Amino acid sequence: MNIPTRKSFGEVLVELGEENPQVLVLDADISKSTYTSLFANRFPKRFFNVGCAEQNEMAMAAGMSTCGKIPFVSTYAVFASMRACEQIRTFVAYPRLNVKIAVSHGGVTPGSDGVTHQATEDLGIMRTIPNMTIIMPADAVSTKKLVRQAATRTGPVYLRFTRDPVPVIYEDTVKLEIGKANIIREGTDATIIAIGDMVTKAIEASNRLTEKGINVTVIDMHTLKPIDEKSIIDSAKKTRALVTVEDHNIINGLGSAVSEVLIENEPVPMRRIGLRDTFAESGTYEELLTKYHLNVQDIILAVKDVIRRKK
Amino acid sequence: MTNPCNISENKDTVTLSKDIARGLRIEIIKMIYRAGSGHPGGSLSCADIIAVLYFHEMRIDPKEPGWQDRDRFILSKGHACPAWYSALALRGYFPIEALSKLRKLNSPLQGHPDMRKLPGLDMTTGSLGNGLSIGIGMAICGKVDEKDYRVYVILGCGELDEGMIWEAAMCAHKYKLDNLTAIVDYNGLQLDGKTEDIMPLEPLGDKWKAFGWNTIEIDGHNIKDILTAIDKAKSARGCPTVIIAHTVKGKGVSFMENNPDWHGKPLTKAEYEQAMKELTLGDCPCLKGYNEYPDTKIIR
Repeated sequence: MNIPTRKSFGEVLVELGEENPQVLVLDADISKSTYTSLFANRFPKRFFNVGCAEQNEMAMAAGMSTCGKIPFVSTYAVFASMRACEQIRTFVAYPRLNVKIAVSHGGVTPGSDGVTHQATEDLGIMRTIPNMTIIMPADAVSTKKLVRQAATRTGPVYLRFTRDPVPVIYEDTVKLEIGKANIIREGTDATIIAIGDMVTKAIEASNRLTEKGINVTVIDMHTLKPIDEKSIIDSAKKTRALVTVEDHNIINGLGSAVSEVLIENEPVPMRRIGLRDTFAESGTYEELLTKYHLNVQDIILAVKDVIRRKK
Repeated sequence: MTNPCNISENKDTVTLSKDIARGLRIEIIKMIYRAGSGHPGGSLSCADIIAVLYFHEMRIDPKEPGWQDRDRFILSKGHACPAWYSALALRGYFPIEALSKLRKLNSPLQGHPDMRKLPGLDMTTGSLGNGLSIGIGMAICGKVDEKDYRVYVILGCGELDEGMIWEAAMCAHKYKLDNLTAIVDYNGLQLDGKTEDIMPLEPLGDKWKAFGWNTIEIDGHNIKDILTAIDKAKSARGCPTVIIAHTVKGKGVSFMENNPDWHGKPLTKAEYEQAMKELTLGDCPCLKGYNEYPDTKIIR
């Protein structure tokens, strides 16, 4: 079953609204797309649609959080991370305010909308801002679990969701924790660390590699920051070869974060899968992944390459 | 030094506020002189408004800065923080001696206000155009929680160039935030020159009216005007109020008045002495303890 993680976010937000009257939600005229309309319908007095005005939206949330509220700011990733970047940096992150920036359309998932709506720099931008926690769940189940944890975590959190439906990979019983990587499968030949929608692709790649006798570890790095350094180092020590996979520019996203950990602790042969410092274009999600070398076949080739290099 | 502007003294509001404002101006000049940098012009222009808010109007408790039912204050033009810091110190949020640490390393008095470092700051500010939206967030919470606190936001006039101000202007009207009062410190000067040359604002009152705001224009140095305008804002129902306060940049120091060069410039020793001479003229009880120049190593 495939579900867009933005939809799971919208559903869990209603649950949170029922449980905690302090939860407020803001949207910038895209609530039908981000599924915050579900919250709006259930709690109209705690929902604020500010129109196409993301900077105002973000700063309002900062003000609300000083009054003890837990505001969820909903818009698209590309607008939150860039249009409202300074509001996030100076008025949310700097004063460590309890604002949850929950954004849809991460990576190239708004495929046919094209570059203006694709967020392929946002993780890097957010990662550079102190005090920020950054999360991209891999599927519907982990979205609900991680959004719930984000709501109870004090301080700024950036949550990134997909526009397109992605397969459900987790059972409801899965244990996930912000800041702790989830090891999905263990192998000794190489490690694949993926985030968000790319976790599914990493699993597919690992299945195909198994058929060829190559056993890899697959890690869901749902929390990009603070990154789970121990899991990265431990897995690098075990497999001695590593590939990162992200629906984002290869600059300053997951690949960069993992490289930074490795180079200071446990350098091993590594490859980064991601947009190779380019913008994408309009197309279906799958077409874009293939054209820009983010798809299963690219992961497989990268894994074989790092295994070859480790000697 | 104890608070020279004792608010419990039996004085009428206008006299008291004038004394307080003078006290704030003295502290502003001392502070910026010691720091060797800062923004005197825009700090001096909003001193009367801040004096009225902090010593007469706002429901606040310096012993409990986080009191949930307090009135909120945001100095959106954060570079004028010497005025804010002075008011907080004189009001008893922290010892006046701390004012000497403005802009110094390890100081709670950052160059622009940091709410996590100093008690009494309801928000971090300094990047222009943001304070009104933040105030809206606070005012909405007042409505959601059915609390009767009020939210005051001081805006600079140059700051009105920021598009976000007008996003906020629309939004406050949408949510009928009659618990929100914006006060424009309309001194007519911004860093690079006159607002009418850099980015004309007029007809400013008509703009706010068109955005659905209860709009009041006053002389921002006339205490009675300020008091009356705030009362009118409090009695308005169903819409936010903006008080366009016509002010003089550098008010109170002759050579700074109406001169954009004093937007963000420190004082030389001679300038400092001249400014202090002008501000300490007369027999205001406020001046007790102010006659000595601060001990300082920064001499320009």
